[in-house]
Parts: sequence; C-alpha cells; structure tokens
Amino acid sequence: MSTPEKARVEPDDEPVVATVDELKPLYRQMLAIRRLEEASAKAYSQGKIGGFLHLIIGQEAVCVGATAALRPDDYVVATYRDHGHAYAKGISARAMMAELYGKKTGLVKGLGGSMHFFDKGKGFLGGHGIVGGHVPIAAGAAFAAKYRGDGRVALCFFGEGASTIGGFAEGLALAALWKLPVVLICENNQYSMGTPLYRSLAVEDVSMRALAHGMARDRFDGDDVLKVKQRIAIAVERARETNEPTLVEVITYRFRGHSMSDPGLYRTKEEVEEWRRRDPLNRTRVRLEELGMPAADLEALEADVKAEIEDAVHFAETSPPADEYFPYVIKE
Amino acid sequence: MAVISYREALNQAMREEMERDESVFIMGEEVGHYQGAYKVTQGLLQRFSSRRVVDTPIAEMGFAGIGVGAAMVGLRPIIEFMTFNFSLVAIDQIVSNAAKMYQMSAGAFHVPIVFRGPSGPAVQVASQHSQALESFYAHVPGLKVVLPSTAYDAKGLLKTAIRDDNPVVFMEGETLYGTTWEVPEQEYLIPLGKGDIKRPGKDVTLVAWSKMVWVCLDAAKALAAEGIEAEVVDPRTLRPLDTEIICDSVKKTGRCVIVEVGWPVAGFGAEVAYQVQRQCMDHLDAPIERVCSDDVPMPYAKNLEDEVQPQVKDVVAAVKRALYLA
Repeated sequence: MSTPEKARVEPDDEPVVATVDELKPLYRQMLAIRRLEEASAKAYSQGKIGGFLHLIIGQEAVCVGATAALRPDDYVVATYRDHGHAYAKGISARAMMAELYGKKTGLVKGLGGSMHFFDKGKGFLGGHGIVGGHVPIAAGAAFAAKYRGDGRVALCFFGEGASTIGGFAEGLALAALWKLPVVLICENNQYSMGTPLYRSLAVEDVSMRALAHGMARDRFDGDDVLKVKQRIAIAVERARETNEPTLVEVITYRFRGHSMSDPGLYRTKEEVEEWRRRDPLNRTRVRLEELGMPAADLEALEADVKAEIEDAVHFAETSPPADEYFPYVIKE
Repeated sequence: MAVISYREALNQAMREEMERDESVFIMGEEVGHYQGAYKVTQGLLQRFSSRRVVDTPIAEMGFAGIGVGAAMVGLRPIIEFMTFNFSLVAIDQIVSNAAKMYQMSAGAFHVPIVFRGPSGPAVQVASQHSQALESFYAHVPGLKVVLPSTAYDAKGLLKTAIRDDNPVVFMEGETLYGTTWEVPEQEYLIPLGKGDIKRPGKDVTLVAWSKMVWVCLDAAKALAAEGIEAEVVDPRTLRPLDTEIICDSVKKTGRCVIVEVGWPVAGFGAEVAYQVQRQCMDHLDAPIERVCSDDVPMPYAKNLEDEVQPQVKDVVAAVKRALYLA
C-alpha cells in the first residue's frame, strides 16, 4: 500500500517560509481547480459532459506551484489531465466548462473537449491525448525560444506512466543534447491508469533518467504548493539563463480514478484515505490560518471561488451548442 | 531555361526559401555535415550555419515532434526523413499532432511544417526500405500530400509547401533525384492541388504520380507506336486532389487507367477510381483499370523487384484492356 509517509522523498519538517500574500493566490487557484473538477464530475454523472474526463483532484499543488514560477509569456504543455494546468495558466473557468459541455463558447469551440485545451494568447499548447507524444512538442517550443533568443521557457507535464514510452525518451534526449530551455515535470501520481509503479518501472525514481543524459534533475514531494513553486523556479531559472533543461519528478496522488469510468479497484480505501488526510489543498488552507489570514477573509475567498464556478456552470449550461467543424481542418 | 536535376531543384527551393524567411530551418539525420544522405541539402550548412541546418541523432519521433512544437509557436521547420520508411516511427507526430492541431485547438495553433524525404521503392533495398506510403498520409485530414515527378514540379511545389500554413507531407521519388528537367531562372511557385498534363492524348487517360509518371510516359511512347494516344495526367498532390483535371481528361478519352507503385488494397488509386466513376460515369467506355505493385513486401533480387512493380508492359496491357484490344 502506498502511503504519504512511504512515498515521501524528503523530510517534511521545514515548511517553506511564506507570507499570506504569497500563498493566498495559490490557494485560490488550487481551490478553484478543485471546485471546477467537482462540478465537472457532477455534470458528467448527469450526462452533460461526454467522452473521457480525467480529474486532477489531489494533484493541484503541482500544476499551480509550477506554473506560478513562470513568466506570463512562457509555454505550458500538458497531458489529457489538463484542467488544472489550463486554469493555472490563466484560462477562465467559463471557457473550460463550456468546452467540457461541448458548447460553441468553449475554449476550443467544442472541438477538443476535456483532453484538448489550447490557448495561444496564454501560451497554453495543449491538452494532449497520446501519452508522451507531447514531450517533443514542448522541446520544440523551447527550441523555437532558443532559436529566436526570446528568453521563453517551456514547462512540460506528464505522468510517470509516460516515462516508459518513446516520445518521452526522445524528447528528453534531444532536449539534453541541444540544451533546450524546457523543464520536464513528471507528476508521479503512482499509478499509470491502474498499474502501480513497481509493476511498470524497474527503477521507480523517474528523475534518474536525467543522469544518462547529463541533465539536471530534482525530485521532491508535491503536497506543499510553495515548495513546488520554489523548486520549479530553480529549474526555470536554469532554463532561462543557461538553456539547460531539467527533469523534475514531483510525488503526488490522485484521489479519484484515472478517469470517470475508473472505480479505482486496484487500490484500497485505506490507501486513498491516508492520502486524503494529507490533502495539499487542506494543508494550504491550514497554513494560511497559521500565517494569520483572518477566517472572514478565507471564507470570502471561498465564497468568491464558489460563485466563479457556479457562474462557469451556468455559462456552459446556457451557451449555444457547438456548430462548426470544417473551418479548422486546413488553414487557407 | 536551365536543365537541372530533381535533387538540385529541391536544394534551390530550400535555399531560396531560407534566404527569404528567417523562420525556415531544416532538421534531420545527416542534413548538415554529411550534406544529406541523398545530397539534397548539399551546401546548406555552409550557407546557413548549424543554427538553421540541424543535424539530429536517430530519433525521428523526437525531431518530428520538435518540429511540430516549433511550428506551433511560429517557426517553419523542414523535417527531412532520410527515407519515408523511417517516418513510420514518427507517424504519431504527423498524424496525431501535426494533422490535428489546427482543428483540435479551434484555429488557435496552426502547424506550418514540411515533412520531406525520399519515398517509394528504389533499387534493391528490400522490403523495409521500399515502401510507397502516400496512401497512409493521404488518408488523413489536416495534411497535404505532395509527390512531384519532375525537377520543375519539385522546385515549385516545395517552395509552395514551405510557405503553406499547414503540415505538408512532401514525398520525393527516391529514384528521381538524378532526373533532369527544364527549370526557369526566375522564381515560380506551383499551387498545391493543381495537376498537370504531362503528355496530351485522346484515346486513354493514364493517371500517375511520382516515378510512375515516367513509366506512363514510356508506356505512352510504346502505345503511340501502335497508334494509341495516351494522355498522362499527374495530379502532383494527392491531398488536395485535382479531380477536375483528371475528370476533364477522362470525359475526353472515355477510358482511365490509374498507375501507382503502392500496394493495391486501399491504395490511393482506389480513391481516384471512385472519384472518376462518380463524376464520369456517362463518359466511360470501359471499366476503370488499376495497375499497382503486387500485394507483397518488396523482394531483394533485381528481377523479382522489377516484376513486383508496375512496368511499361503492365501499363500497356492495362490500356489494351481498357480499349478492348486484349
């Protein structure tokens, strides 16, 4: 059984020094993502959202902390579990929820759905459904940044399950060889769909793949959003200043199944409960209380998030259906 | 007009487009220091430096994907596959990423990229290096698929492909690099989706692309000796397909023979045949004929290799069937 204690790779005795002002916006993002995912799950069970729906509940600290280390014009490339990353990169809950509903007002006009969020203005390069196939794309965005010398950095997120496929291996090798300003972030949630680490990886430390390429690496626990931000910031700085890529592995856990159709029978209730007790979202709230954020302020923030997500759902419900698909096959 | 080789024409196209647009770069195995496995990129490294002529390790999926990512944020990559046989290990990047991105992102990201390299059977390189894969790529919406048969077409089409805002699969005839054709000194572009009559004729329409155009021209010569005038139509691009030029020809001749070096089952010729019967039913005087390679992986021995592929005698025989002379 996986537990937060067994999975931990560093001691947890030194919380990152923080202020309310620094932590509050990150908490707000994490909470909004959690509420957005809960609203998505509800709409899915009502048959209003179709297809595959992969929720990121439990892992929010990773995408929020990592993206907080970026400049607005940096790139993010994500997997099919992309709602949290998209929100963290500044995409609105309205556009995302309308997309999940398959509406004309959706982020990509009902053409992509849950797995394929894109936003050029926000530097959000997807939303990719083929495991590992997006790692070279992130390296390519970084290649372009270096080619132009514009100082941009690309973050690429993937699960530990992607570490066994060729797209990851080749993207990693070329990023190292050509010194591309990309940070490769393995969100190790300990299960590639239903297969635990020990049944998919001979060496469970994914970050060690960097060693063969002489690439910088890091590995840490993903339950403290500020720690994620600080550690990713080091890798981002390295990429921006020296073009050196970094392979970062962040240990995390998804509380829900792989997708909505997965009841999660491959792990015990006790295991999930253990991890839920260490919920990064609650941890962040507790930290804000400890730092002296008034209860009334916290409640106001939470009410604000609730209203934002309710508005997004209402927007999606009342938007017109998607109505065109030919204009975007070939660019004239 | 200068007479230059197909290889030189491609080289000129890339050189001119790289001079014209700083965002164009070339990436692939042996494209730089080695000067290209087939010498198509000869001299480009010296002219444009390793920033824009990028030698890669053997990692087609990786560098094809890097091209897609770079294209998404505004560069115009030319990805060279040493042969299109090796594109199969990168096909996920072409089909799942390059072809889908524009639609999947509702127009937010387009992918102006050219995947190019030699394609089709060469000479005695056996089954894994002798595939004609155009039917695979022509199947996929979001891609353009180009197969030039002459140096003139190669230059004009490649320049257009590089300027196109969509992913273009540009398949060069592996045995055509040394062939020559007249090419004007001044700049010209050939639009994608416009076919060309390679030889006019009134008795039968031969539809062929890439090296099969040459086989058809030889067959037409042999047929002419028997008083049969074949029209050779080269669509030049399979996607988009210039059905108009094909159907106009068939409406004139009443007979159609489609010649491709690919395998028969689900080959692109079947699509051409469908379009022709759909649009020219009242003009057809005989069933449409197809000439393809035999339905086998390519053998090594020269005599067997020749026998597998469409030859002049096969085309002549198909024409005679279409004319009820056989």
